[in-house]
Amino acid sequence: MKYMLLIIGDESQYADWSEEDMATQMQAWDEYTKSLVAAGAFVSGEGLQTSTTATTLQVQDGERILTDGPFAETKEQIGGFYVIDCKNLDEAVDWAAKLPSARRGGVTEIRPVMDYGPEYDDPHSVERQGAAS
Amino acid sequence: MATLIRILGDFDLAEDAVQEAFVIAVERWPRDGLPDNPGAWLVRTARNRAIDRVRRDRRYEDKLRELERLMPGQPDDPTDTSLPDDRLRLFFTCCHPALNPEARVALTLRTLGGLSTPEVARAFLTGEKAMQQRIVRAKRKIRDARIPYQVPADHELPDRLRSLLTVLYLIFNEGYLASESDTVVRRELCDEAIRLGRLLGALMPDESEVRGLLALMLLHHSRRDARVDEDGELVLLAEQDRSLWRRDEIEEGIRLAAKAGASGPYAVQAAIAAEHVADVTDWTHVVALYSRLVELDPSPVVELNRAVAVSMAAGPEAGLELVARLENGRLEDYHLLHATRADLLRRLGRAEEAARAYRRAHELAANPAERALLERRLGELSR
Repeated sequence: MKYMLLIIGDESQYADWSEEDMATQMQAWDEYTKSLVAAGAFVSGEGLQTSTTATTLQVQDGERILTDGPFAETKEQIGGFYVIDCKNLDEAVDWAAKLPSARRGGVTEIRPVMDYGPEYDDPHSVERQGAAS
Repeated sequence: MATLIRILGDFDLAEDAVQEAFVIAVERWPRDGLPDNPGAWLVRTARNRAIDRVRRDRRYEDKLRELERLMPGQPDDPTDTSLPDDRLRLFFTCCHPALNPEARVALTLRTLGGLSTPEVARAFLTGEKAMQQRIVRAKRKIRDARIPYQVPADHELPDRLRSLLTVLYLIFNEGYLASESDTVVRRELCDEAIRLGRLLGALMPDESEVRGLLALMLLHHSRRDARVDEDGELVLLAEQDRSLWRRDEIEEGIRLAAKAGASGPYAVQAAIAAEHVADVTDWTHVVALYSRLVELDPSPVVELNRAVAVSMAAGPEAGLELVARLENGRLEDYHLLHATRADLLRRLGRAEEAARAYRRAHELAANPAERALLERRLGELSR
């Protein structure tokens, strides 16, 4: 079963980080990712640039309305995510609790990923079949 | 049903199967007579129903195999048909902290306590439809987010057990607060919580907090006939008719509390409750127990109770001093703080200040029985 771990935190805290803090953090994330891979639980994961770089789009009657900034203007923003594969929610919670951000007091939302069944499992396989026929 | 739920991993499927089994029973038993062992018959029929339903759905193929492997002509057990481990797993699933607290209570009562959804709704003064929705949503989350049917790993167990015990104590307190005018099922929540506590105690015999909570509930419940007088008014502990207390429950509670040994918050509260029902209460011991409770589970309410104990051990003056320290904190609008202050002032003969405090407590109290008690006290003052 796949779960997405949405990593949520106050972005302003990174502002006062020294280069050394940054390096320590990077290493912690790297180790975390490696432990996921070693356990066979890693599916994907990315860190995101701060929400000041975000653009929000809504198409209304064919018109693209762009807004500067994230969808929700809150102090806490999504800073990154992992998609992990594990047996059940308890295991997902265990992984989430080990996130470097969680250990610093950050918030994590754990969302089960939708399962569309085997025929929709891999979007690439559909593409490839389409290309072959 | 616990066994079926674990194997199928699906509340709805197991419930539907049991439901169908009952429907078949209602049709058949009057016609063919009662089977030799009605309980086992129901489980067997429910299992067969579940297999039928599962067969219709290819996604359940694995579960089907496990179902057939695990339950091939299981010997008929007239008393209980689920494995104890399954019920313990189910306890932890129903009380999983990923579910909201109301849903935990409702699911536990429905699945382990055997209350129907309308009964749970009546017990918690909620509409039947709202309760139905709450339960459906929780069951869906268990299935979709895959909340496991398992006893948590050792590193999670203390937290998860706390969540479970909180659910039982919530159920108990709902019943404890119920008044004569409430529905029967609401008043019976105490019995239900104690029954669940006993079940959990049998499933986790080594957990002292389980024992502590059971002791605490028994000791409170043992005084049920003495707590309220004929007019439905609250009677304070010191004024209760002790002949109305249930001796057997008190003895069991004291025995369990002693065994639990004041090791966790519930065990400490049970030890305090045991002192309250003793022939002579050792107030110095009660103060020590409250100090321990402040360490284990700090809260202003516990501090307030500690202040009351201090006033009994060292006089109202000492108690009043502690209460004064709590007054400007989070308890400012807590009626019991003012009621406590009023009692202490009354004992010190400061009638005017006591009356003011009683009035303030009366303004803040919501429970009619408590309000009546405060009015009575206020009346006694002017006498």
